[in-house]
Amino acid sequence: MATEAHGEAGQAVGMPQLDFSTWPNQIFWLLVTLVVIYLVLSKVALPRIAAVLADRKSTITNDLAAAEELKQKAVEAEKAYNEALANARSEAAKIVAQARAEIQKDVDAATAKADAEIAAKAAESERTIAAIRDGAAAAVAEVAREVAVELVAALGAKADADTVTAAVAARLKG
Amino acid sequence: MATEEHGSGLQIHPMDQFVVKPLFGDGPVHWYTPTNVTLWMGIAVLAMIALLVLSTRRGARVPSRGQSVAELFYGFIHKMVEDVAGHEGLKFFPYIMTLFMFVFLSNMLGLIPMSFTTTSHIAVTAVLALLVFLTVTLVGLYRKGVGFLAMFWVTSAPLALRPILAVIEVVSYFVRPVSHSVRLGGNLLAGHAVIKVFAGFAGAMGVASVVPIAAIVAMYGLEVLVAAVQAYVFTILTCVYLRDAVDEAHH
Repeated sequence: MATEAHGEAGQAVGMPQLDFSTWPNQIFWLLVTLVVIYLVLSKVALPRIAAVLADRKSTITNDLAAAEELKQKAVEAEKAYNEALANARSEAAKIVAQARAEIQKDVDAATAKADAEIAAKAAESERTIAAIRDGAAAAVAEVAREVAVELVAALGAKADADTVTAAVAARLKG
Repeated sequence: MATEEHGSGLQIHPMDQFVVKPLFGDGPVHWYTPTNVTLWMGIAVLAMIALLVLSTRRGARVPSRGQSVAELFYGFIHKMVEDVAGHEGLKFFPYIMTLFMFVFLSNMLGLIPMSFTTTSHIAVTAVLALLVFLTVTLVGLYRKGVGFLAMFWVTSAPLALRPILAVIEVVSYFVRPVSHSVRLGGNLLAGHAVIKVFAGFAGAMGVASVVPIAAIVAMYGLEVLVAAVQAYVFTILTCVYLRDAVDEAHH
């Protein structure tokens, strides 16, 4: 008697799986469990997880798009920068060329002016030299005539001054 | 009881763990009686709620550890349904997720020592498999009408062979719920019973019980694998069967 009672309460008689008296109980509670799990999943858990996943996916997509846009902007900015740099460079080159031309003009003008001054000074000098040379020649002729007159007088001959002068002039020319 | 102990030193009751008994008192098991089945199915429900509801409470864009696990389960089954049953099968995703979570959690909870494995009972797995079978059959007939029966008529085979193949196909179709349920229940039943047998040896062998204890450890590792794989197999077979019912371009 005791063994039988124990067997009913805790020990298996054959395979408990084939004890059909417990099947309605198991099936009933299984159906209850499945309905509860289904309701919890379909009403709460699955929509929530789906929303989180969709949110994350859209966030990633948006971030990627924003990154792409920023990258595009950076490329454009670099292009603009390079363009500005090239412009500045050509502008600078232009200014340098202009400045060089102006300086050249100034230099040319100054050179021309200096040349003119030099030429003027040279001409004046030449004139002065010519005057001095003429003066010298006249003095030489005077001195020669006087010396000739004195010589003639000293030699004791009477000589007409005009004749001597003419003769000296002729000699000087010859 | 006293006579049993005297009769033999080795008393192993590997099937005791599967006995369905009332939670309160020793009365008979009516269909509504709260039993250990109720208890462990309830624990499975609570585990499911902790795993998939409480962990995702904040719904953070950057997930916490718990939320990552919940998303992992979601993504795993969602991808399985989409890949195997096709895009149309996604309508049944909550249903398949229910089956997977129940089988997976019951298998895993059953591995806790002294626990009760609800999915080791053929009554449970048979109902699960019959639900799948009925769903597939009714959905197939509803969506395709008589065209659903065309899956038994293998048009790619020579005409003479088709009636024979049709008989084979019909038989295999109706055997599906049997193999579907016995595969799950049988695997868990066998594994748990073997562990219990080794445990019985361990109690009776003194110092030499190191050997059965090592065997239990090895078996336990295998059973963890079996618990996960059988839940996976049950679910993927459900998807395969569902494909017959919802796939437009079948055969």
